[in-house]
Amino acid sequence: MIIDAERLGNREINEILRGREKRYTLRGCTGQRFIAAGMSDKEITIEGIPGNALGAYLNGARITVKGNAQDAVGDTMNDGEIVIHGSIGDAAGYAMRGGAVFVRDSAGYRAGIHMKAYNDKIPVMVIGGYAGSFLGEYQAGGVIVVLGLHAGTKRIVGNFPCTGMHGGKMILRSDCEEVRFPEQVHARSASEEDREEIRRFVSAYCARFGEQEEDIMDAPFTVVTPNSKNPYKQLYVAN
Amino acid sequence: MKREGEVRIPSGCAIAAVISKEGKRMTAGKIIDAMKPMHDRSNGLGGGFAGYGIYPEYKDFYALHLFFDCRDTRKACEAFLKERFEMIKGELIPTRKIPEITDEPIIWRYFVAPLKSVLADLQLDEKEFVARTVMKINTEMKGAYVFSSGKNMGTFKAVGFPEDVGRFYRLDEYEGYSWTAHGRYPTNTPGWWGGAHPFTLLDYSVVHNGEISSYDANRRFIEMFGYKCTLQTDTEVITYILDYLIRVQGLTLDEAASVIAAPFWSTVENKTDKDERDKLRFLRTVFPSFLITGPFSIVLGFDGGLMALNDRLKLRSMVVGEKNDTVFIASEEAAIRAMEPDAEHIWAPSGGEPVVVKVKEGAY
Repeated sequence: MIIDAERLGNREINEILRGREKRYTLRGCTGQRFIAAGMSDKEITIEGIPGNALGAYLNGARITVKGNAQDAVGDTMNDGEIVIHGSIGDAAGYAMRGGAVFVRDSAGYRAGIHMKAYNDKIPVMVIGGYAGSFLGEYQAGGVIVVLGLHAGTKRIVGNFPCTGMHGGKMILRSDCEEVRFPEQVHARSASEEDREEIRRFVSAYCARFGEQEEDIMDAPFTVVTPNSKNPYKQLYVAN
Repeated sequence: MKREGEVRIPSGCAIAAVISKEGKRMTAGKIIDAMKPMHDRSNGLGGGFAGYGIYPEYKDFYALHLFFDCRDTRKACEAFLKERFEMIKGELIPTRKIPEITDEPIIWRYFVAPLKSVLADLQLDEKEFVARTVMKINTEMKGAYVFSSGKNMGTFKAVGFPEDVGRFYRLDEYEGYSWTAHGRYPTNTPGWWGGAHPFTLLDYSVVHNGEISSYDANRRFIEMFGYKCTLQTDTEVITYILDYLIRVQGLTLDEAASVIAAPFWSTVENKTDKDERDKLRFLRTVFPSFLITGPFSIVLGFDGGLMALNDRLKLRSMVVGEKNDTVFIASEEAAIRAMEPDAEHIWAPSGGEPVVVKVKEGAY
């Protein structure tokens, strides 16, 4: 079902999306917030610019945006998939605890902030271009992958990545010589075993955006995890 | 109801700006359109616009826009102005009666030039004299408030949603080479006409989305230089700091940005360019009390240009786009698309990275 969203408010849009159809296409979005919030078994395609908190609390629905998205994509997302054929704003995947976000181009500040995981719930965020500062701030679980494609002279990640990270994994397609990580994390170059895992994410990215898997894999990767020998402990309380 | 300045309640907001680098004049239609998709970012307690290049026929005169509470205040204020300025025109600012905007004060504008004899007597330059006069009216003359005081520019603000404020002030009838706009969601003060953005002094105007946490530290310091913060509104203090750094201290826009959104010491120490490192160290050391902390994204308007700036941690959103000679800035990309659906080179400046756009020399 095709919906002309230009003059609709965010509540009206979500009411329509909760209808009987499985597939919806929103045309001419003009920044309406909370699109598809909490939705489960839907497939939603968006043209125009969706507003902040796209797919907040998403619970299994699949969203494809044919352009850029704004701030807080996938806020507290539980399951499903968001695919952005463009760039995203700040704080994407805030406290995300399941599902996947694929971004063709770049992400703003604080992507993956407070991302977490529980048992089989392991959220994944793959960013094709570069990521802004505070990537993975307070990351507690899940996987954040940044590929640095078409980034030009821009460094793959801004300042202060992994600040407060105490769980999960971050993968950067770079030797990261210019990146400064905090002392509480451990950055290593990817092992063969790591590269097998990385290939899965790269392959999924390529399937969505038509890039060449081999070209992307032909590069150094850095894997960052919390440093269990030097954890964030007794920083605020004597625990 | 308590007025602005009497109470502080602990802002989400929307900002937008547009400028033609060729100095082409445009009506406020585009900038009003920009505020529509961001409607939910404000709550109807304040909206405003600043237009540059809107008074070409009076471009050599300061355009003072004032709110008055009653006729007697206006008469007293006019008498005060006439002692200090040559007044070539004084009139009601044209407005449109619409149901969305109510309880308006008396709104006038005056085109004035400081009297040469007064300037000579006080040994002040023109701008300093005008700035001091604005401070004097705003702090000492109860019921009168100057909300715009630059040349060939003007601010228009009210309590209401920005798109309604634009209609109220008939902004479709003005043409300028640049415009800024603000939709307010006041969180610290009750929302009075004077407290709406833009905040201005001389030709500097500031629209601000955010909530700075260094307000009192900044206020105490700037008040040592003769500025009086009357409204407890954080944007007012930002405006005065920028006026002081740029006009009084003679800093460049980039330098002023490095003062108010100074990079962390660790970031400064890791700069590979020694000159840049020394300069950043110098600015942070000389002006530590002008560091503004807490979330902000601002657009500073000035004669012939705009500067957009985020706080150093980038705790608020800001997007920039272009089309031909026109540059667009807004809190959301949707707002830029509302102004220009085919805008190109959409990007988000980093925290503390100023974006300066100037109209080409001679075109404004």
